[in-house]
Amino acid sequence: MLMIKGALGSKFTVSETLTRATPLIFTGLAAAVAFRAKLWNIGAEGQFYIGACVAVLLGTRGEMLSPFVMIPYLFAAGALAGGLFLLVPTFLKTHLNVDEVVTTLLLNFVVLLFVNWLVFGPWKDPMSMGWPQSEPVLDSAILPVLMAKTRFHLGFVIAVLSAVFVWWFMAKTTWGFEIRAVGSSIKASTFAGMPVNKTIIRTALISGGLAAMAGVSELCGVKGYLTTDLSPGFGYTGIVVAMLAALHPLGVVASALFVAIIYIGADSMSRAINISNYIADVTTAVSLLSVLVAVFLTRYRIKRG
Amino acid sequence: MDLMGFFLETEFWMACIRMATPLIFGTLGELVCERAGVVNLGIEGIMAAGCMGGWMWVYLGGSLWGGIVFAAFVGALFGLLHSLFTVYLGLSQHVTGLGITMLGSSLSTYVFRMLLPKATTPPKIIPFQTLDIPFFKDIPFLEQIIFSQTTLTYLAFAAIIMVAFILFKTPLGLALRMVGENPLAVEAQGLSVFYLRTLAVCAGSAMMAVGGAFLTMSAFDAYYIGMVNGRGWICIALVVFSSWKPSKALAGCLLFAAFDAIQMRVQQQAGMAIPTSFIS
Repeated sequence: MLMIKGALGSKFTVSETLTRATPLIFTGLAAAVAFRAKLWNIGAEGQFYIGACVAVLLGTRGEMLSPFVMIPYLFAAGALAGGLFLLVPTFLKTHLNVDEVVTTLLLNFVVLLFVNWLVFGPWKDPMSMGWPQSEPVLDSAILPVLMAKTRFHLGFVIAVLSAVFVWWFMAKTTWGFEIRAVGSSIKASTFAGMPVNKTIIRTALISGGLAAMAGVSELCGVKGYLTTDLSPGFGYTGIVVAMLAALHPLGVVASALFVAIIYIGADSMSRAINISNYIADVTTAVSLLSVLVAVFLTRYRIKRG
Repeated sequence: MDLMGFFLETEFWMACIRMATPLIFGTLGELVCERAGVVNLGIEGIMAAGCMGGWMWVYLGGSLWGGIVFAAFVGALFGLLHSLFTVYLGLSQHVTGLGITMLGSSLSTYVFRMLLPKATTPPKIIPFQTLDIPFFKDIPFLEQIIFSQTTLTYLAFAAIIMVAFILFKTPLGLALRMVGENPLAVEAQGLSVFYLRTLAVCAGSAMMAVGGAFLTMSAFDAYYIGMVNGRGWICIALVVFSSWKPSKALAGCLLFAAFDAIQMRVQQQAGMAIPTSFIS
C-alpha cells in the first residue's frame, strides 16, 4: 500500500514513475524482440551505454542544429550504433555458432569499462570539479520536459510510440512474422524458405537499436551528461520487463510501469518506514520467477489418451 | 612502469593464485552444471549469496568452516530452485538463470542491510589465515607462492582433481556427462534425468557459493555490496575457454587471475578489455 502511495501518490511521484519507466520500455522492447527470435540478447546494458556514448559524441557539437533536427538525429544515430554493436555477437552466432549469451553478457563489461575510461580520460569535463563525467550535451539535444518542475520528458512518448511501432511490426509485417517464425522453429522456417540468418541479423539490429535508444533518452532526458552510473541495470531489468509482458510489445509498456512503480515505491518506502530499498530488486526478481512459473502453468494441459 | 619487474616478484604470483581461487570454484561449479546439460546463469547471484551467507554466519558467531558449509548450503538451495525451474518445469535456462542472479544478489544485499542497518563502515570478521605446509615450505621461491596460501585455496586445487576424477573415472561422472550429451539415452538406461541434473546443479551451485565465500572469508574480511563484481560471468566464459575440461579450467583461471593481479599493480582499468577475445 505504502509502495503504491509512494509511487502514485502525488503529481511528482507519478512523474518520477513515468520517468523511470521510460528506459525500461525501451530495454524491455529490446529484450522482447530478440527473445521472440530466440536471440538471447543479454547485452542491452552495453547497448544502452553505446547509445549514450553516441548521444554525447554527437550531442556536444553541431550548435546550428535546431532541436527538431537534433533529437531525431541523436535517436537515429544511437539506434544505428547500438544495432551495429549487437551485430558483432550475432555474426559470431550465425557464422561461427558461438553462444550469444556469453558474448553479449561480457560485452556489457567491456562497454562499461570503455565508458569508465572515457569519463576519466578523454571525455572528462574540465568544468566538472573533478567528478568523472562527460561534458553536457547542447541545449538543443535535451529532451523537453512534459510536466513543469518534474523530470518527466519527451522520451516517454517516444518509448510508447516505439512500443506501438514494434507491435505493428511484429504482428503485421512479413519481417515481423519471419522473426516470430524463426523463434518458434528454425527448421520449419528454413524449410519454408525463409532467410533465417538474415532474419536473426535484422532482429539484432532492431533489438540493439531499441536498447541504445534507452541510452539516448536517458542521457538527453534525465542526466544530460555521461557517467558510469547512468543506468542502474536498466538492461537487465528490461529482461524482467519483457518476460512479465510475455514478450508482447504493448504489454511491455504496462510491465515497465509496474516495475517502475516497484522501484519508485521502494525508494519512498525506504524514506518513510526505513526499509532498505533493495527490496525493489528482490521484488522484481521474485516477480520474474513467479511469471515464469505462471506462464508454464497457463500452457499446462492434461493429456488425454 | 616496469612491467617485467613484477613478474619476478613473489607477491605477484601469490596474488595470482589467490585471485584464481574464487574463479576456480565458480568455473568448476559451472562446468559440472553444463556437463549435465544445464547452463546456470545464476552463478553471479549464487556467488553473491555465498559471499554474504558465509560472512554473515561467521559475523553472527559461527565458526569459519561452519560459514563455508552454510555458504555451500545456500548455494545448493539456489541450485535446487534453478533445477526445479529448468529441469522439472522445463523453463528457459537463460531467463531463469538471470532471475536467479537477480534474486541472489538482491537478496544478499537486502539481508545484509536488514541485519546490519546501521553499518556505515563494513564490519569485519577474522578470516582464514595463511597456512604454511610444513615440509614444502623450505623450497625457495615456490614456498610462498604455492605453499603459503589459505586453506580454501588448497581446497580449490583439491576440488579440481576431485571433479576431474568424479567426472571421468566414476560411473556417476559417466551418468552426469551422458545426461548432458543425450538425456534420452539416460532414460533408456533407467536412470532419472531429473535426479541427475538436480544433483549436478546443486553440487555445482554449492561450489560457486564457496567461491563467493572465499571473497569475504579469505581474500578479504568484510562484505560490501557488489563484491562479486562480474566474477561469475567470467567463470561462464572460462568454462567455454576451458572446453569443459577441469584441467584447462585451471589454466584459464590462472590466466585471468594474472590479468587481475596485473591490473591491481598497474592500477588502471585495462585488464577487462581483454576478455572478449576469449569467447569463441
